[in-house]
Amino acid sequence: MAELNPKIPKGPLTSKWTHYKDHQNLVNPSNKRKLDIIVVGTGLAGSAAAASLGEMGFNVKIFCYQDSPRRAHSIAAQGGINAAKNYPNDGDSVYRLFYDTIKGGDYRAREANVYRLAEVSNAIIDQCVAQGVPFAREYGGSLENRSFGGAQVSRTFFARGQTGQQLLLGSYSALSRQIKLGTVKLYDRHEMMDVVIVDGKARGIIARDLITGKLERHFGHAVVVATGGYGNVFYLSTNAMGSNTSSIWQIFKKGAWLANPCFTQIHPTCIPVHGDFQSKLTLMSESLRNDGRIWVPKRKEDAEAHRNGKLKANDIAEENRDYFLERRYPAFGNLVPRDVASRAAKERCDAGFGVGETGLAVFLDFKESIGRLGKNVIEDRYGNLFQMYEKIVDENPYVNPMMIYPAAHYTMGGTWVDYELQTTVTGLFAAGEANFSDHGANRLGASALMQGLADGYFVLPYTVQNYLSGEIRVARMSTDKVEFAEAEKAVQTRLEKLMAIKGTRSVDYFHKELGKIMWEYVGMARNEAGLKKAIELIRKLRAEFWKDVKIPGTLLELNVELEKANRVADFLELGELMANDALNRNESCGGHFREEYQTEEGECKRNDDEYKYVAAWEYKGDGDFLLHKEPLVYEEIEVKQRVYK
Amino acid sequence: MNSSFLRFSSITKKIWMAFLGLFLMIFLVVHLGINLCLLRDDGGAWFTAAAHFMGTNYIVKVFEIGLFAGFIIHIVLGIILQVQNWMARPVRYLVSNKTDTPFLSKYMIYTGGIVLVFLVIHFVNFYFIKLGLVSNPNMLPEGEPDFYVIAQQLFAMPVYSFLYIILIVVLGFHLNQAFQAAWQTLGINHPQYNVCLQRFGTFYAIVVPLGYMIIPIYFLLIR
Amino acid sequence: MDLTLKIWRQKDAKSTGKFVTYSLKNISPSCSFLEMLDILNEQLINKNEEPVVFDHDCREGICGMCSLYINGRPHGPDDAVTVCQLHMRKFKDGDTIVIEPWRAKPFPVIRDLMVDRSAFDKIIQEGGYVSVNTGGAAEANNILVGKENSELAMDAAACIGCGACVAACKNASAMLFVSAKVSQFALLPQGQVEAKQRVKKMVKMMDELGFGNCTNTYACEAECPKLISRSNIARMNREFMCAKVI
Repeated sequence: MAELNPKIPKGPLTSKWTHYKDHQNLVNPSNKRKLDIIVVGTGLAGSAAAASLGEMGFNVKIFCYQDSPRRAHSIAAQGGINAAKNYPNDGDSVYRLFYDTIKGGDYRAREANVYRLAEVSNAIIDQCVAQGVPFAREYGGSLENRSFGGAQVSRTFFARGQTGQQLLLGSYSALSRQIKLGTVKLYDRHEMMDVVIVDGKARGIIARDLITGKLERHFGHAVVVATGGYGNVFYLSTNAMGSNTSSIWQIFKKGAWLANPCFTQIHPTCIPVHGDFQSKLTLMSESLRNDGRIWVPKRKEDAEAHRNGKLKANDIAEENRDYFLERRYPAFGNLVPRDVASRAAKERCDAGFGVGETGLAVFLDFKESIGRLGKNVIEDRYGNLFQMYEKIVDENPYVNPMMIYPAAHYTMGGTWVDYELQTTVTGLFAAGEANFSDHGANRLGASALMQGLADGYFVLPYTVQNYLSGEIRVARMSTDKVEFAEAEKAVQTRLEKLMAIKGTRSVDYFHKELGKIMWEYVGMARNEAGLKKAIELIRKLRAEFWKDVKIPGTLLELNVELEKANRVADFLELGELMANDALNRNESCGGHFREEYQTEEGECKRNDDEYKYVAAWEYKGDGDFLLHKEPLVYEEIEVKQRVYK
Repeated sequence: MNSSFLRFSSITKKIWMAFLGLFLMIFLVVHLGINLCLLRDDGGAWFTAAAHFMGTNYIVKVFEIGLFAGFIIHIVLGIILQVQNWMARPVRYLVSNKTDTPFLSKYMIYTGGIVLVFLVIHFVNFYFIKLGLVSNPNMLPEGEPDFYVIAQQLFAMPVYSFLYIILIVVLGFHLNQAFQAAWQTLGINHPQYNVCLQRFGTFYAIVVPLGYMIIPIYFLLIR
Repeated sequence: MDLTLKIWRQKDAKSTGKFVTYSLKNISPSCSFLEMLDILNEQLINKNEEPVVFDHDCREGICGMCSLYINGRPHGPDDAVTVCQLHMRKFKDGDTIVIEPWRAKPFPVIRDLMVDRSAFDKIIQEGGYVSVNTGGAAEANNILVGKENSELAMDAAACIGCGACVAACKNASAMLFVSAKVSQFALLPQGQVEAKQRVKKMVKMMDELGFGNCTNTYACEAECPKLISRSNIARMNREFMCAKVI
């Protein structure tokens, strides 16, 4: 397994996927009924894949830790979904969407995958509309588009500020239909605890029924992991409270390598932190940057006065405001990609121009657009976001400018997969945010929904079938097999070990401590010394966790603290790998910013000669990771410095 | 209670509730028209004529059957729905609901129940006499009961009139909620007409009960 | 601020539960309601007691998981929010807060404040979809939808399936939830083909699961965190009548 083979089909970029589909192996309908597929996670990728595979005739089992598939965190995506439809006639095309995504990802994504993503983007919109997803419409009844960060065309489809919700409810409804038809069986309030490997192939999972606490064994000819990203490693993030890394960490330990874990996205428009008790950060759609202008005071004394509550934002004169994004990036202005906007905000705050109680906030001002378009138009476009802001902050954003600050949001890194979305374990697939994905070092807005649904609806149904065509002779296995028993025993031992610690500190304490380390040293800007320190601190914290964590209750019952402890234990290992990956990558690219490697203007300085590769890590033991490199070859695209000026 | 009723879906039952409720509201106006004849100082000539017409006309007789069926089904459905509703929440909340809802909308079963009590009294006093189930000395020469005299005697009792007025007020509250709710149940909900319907319902729920109330007041105070 | 909490505690579905009183000190008004419960749980764990179990996930008002009946109102004393968006500034120092689980026969308590809402999934499985397989969908702009209907469909589709409508209704009726889904598809051309079957099957399942009957008190609408309108219920009644009669 020393060589990484991405299995990219031969031929010109534009026909690779067609070629693949034309030549893949199929499974006949009577055999499909005999093949079981396990899908873990019910977000866009998971539910779309399960529904599609069920429609094709496979037996699917789908798992989620929530009480219903409809709760998966895809539901929280606000802004929109990209597609190369070119409805507004502004020059968009599949190639341009592909190009923007590669460029937005700072040339760290695999060309063939991204091209396929752009290629299927249009079919996603068709599919969702057919399902009855209520996308925004023009008066003539056709679909409406809006612009989004990182692109000069309007290619984003949206359903108010709830696009993720509507798309998820679309795939959830398709899934519900299959559940009713009996092709998909739903296991809600079940958490995947480990993958079971038989003769080198993934053949099932061990799951824990969260209500009874009992461990269950489930067989599948193939296993799909679509459990989302690991942003909660920062404790405070825009992820849901239950979002976790555990499933991808378990498969990592069983041989599914993890790629580019240090590529995390910090989202620029979140509501700033306001207290110790805070449990999560609330994101406000990036679409706000379409009409809002980001600024800080030009003079330090004004910023300080605002921090002390002596000066109101509206009292700062126009000439004393620094619209720093418009100043630094005149071509893209407030619509620069997320990583650029986040870092610029951090730079201003670090330089002492931050506002708000903590000084860790910048203004997002709608005064100019309200004046230009009227309050009604702004309310139409962002009403629910403004309402949300007012509920949380208790301040009227129509009158006073919003205050925003970056927060951990999305993780581009994840399980390494080949062109077929298969991991380094045969028969084990990863989809959506869980895989290292098509976003390179930075994801553009409205691309996550596109990728999740592309993987679920239009990639996995083909590639999983291609894999299963070779498995038709494999009969359903009994879960009494020794491999299942051993996997269950290992899980049981680990849970018992956790319960036996009976220490003095709560799980949340360790999670918060880890979050502080990660945000400080492995956050928006990293440096060698900090990363080394982070590794040291994480190791110490992990040792302390295994000695001192306190979990009330018992194993065989609904035990929320145990669930959390199990997840935090994995975060404590993942954090170390993230720091290692960041330390290895001696360059700055996309969301990964190493302070040592920046241009004179403070922009990312890539090192294409040495680091134009995907860093895939193999688990060798506790804190011991081995690096493998998948070189990135660009045939269609000329690799350039990413310029948004 | 009645298994064929139970088999109907919740919405079917409600649609019948609403439809019959509206039908009964039409009847209330007709009834009021006859009652108002009592106010005419003609020794009961008009009222007796109207009562005679209602008691003997064959078309009215047919309607009467429909009316009774309407009453009974409306009441039975109301009780079935209510029992199901109680069963839908076997464990109650400790703190009673504080949600802001339209006035008395939560108490339709109770206002309805009070109206039912009124209906029973009313039947004993009038309708059962007509059927000969309750004997009454006041008979007209033609052998029909003299409802004009009966009504006069009843309204002359302050306690009866007072109770009558209170029950009519309760009926008003029932009608006020019922009218707009019936349209909602029948699927009529449109921003353009909602206000109109609501106002008409309230107008009806005030004017019709007022009409009924004038009679005891007239008999008590003016006569 | 200092608070007294009266919380329903129940070990599991079979056990009988009871209210337990806790007191909390120094809670910041900018704290969210669930963060206040986090603080309580942290203290309970430190005192070797079992933390209070409640459903929650996204904490930004969209997943629909949080479900608390606070002082007689689902999602507490604020309008158009879920519990996770409710802030302590809505309460006063010294308040007593009673926290109960959703109460309805089809929503049995799993533990403490956590209830089983899979009844909602079952209703959706009966027809809350357009039967279209992946692939082969026609070009999206071939289906034109007037802006007005598309907006109304979106209003209905905004439902997060939290169950506050059932919790608020004195009859534990699920009409608002079911009607929101029926309406979304009734308003769109995509939903027309299966419209009659959809409304009949979904209503049938709703009744079978033991939800109560709508008596037009509109408590559901008043407590809906997403402001789903009762006009959807009227629309469903209309759809149902047409499906049965025509």
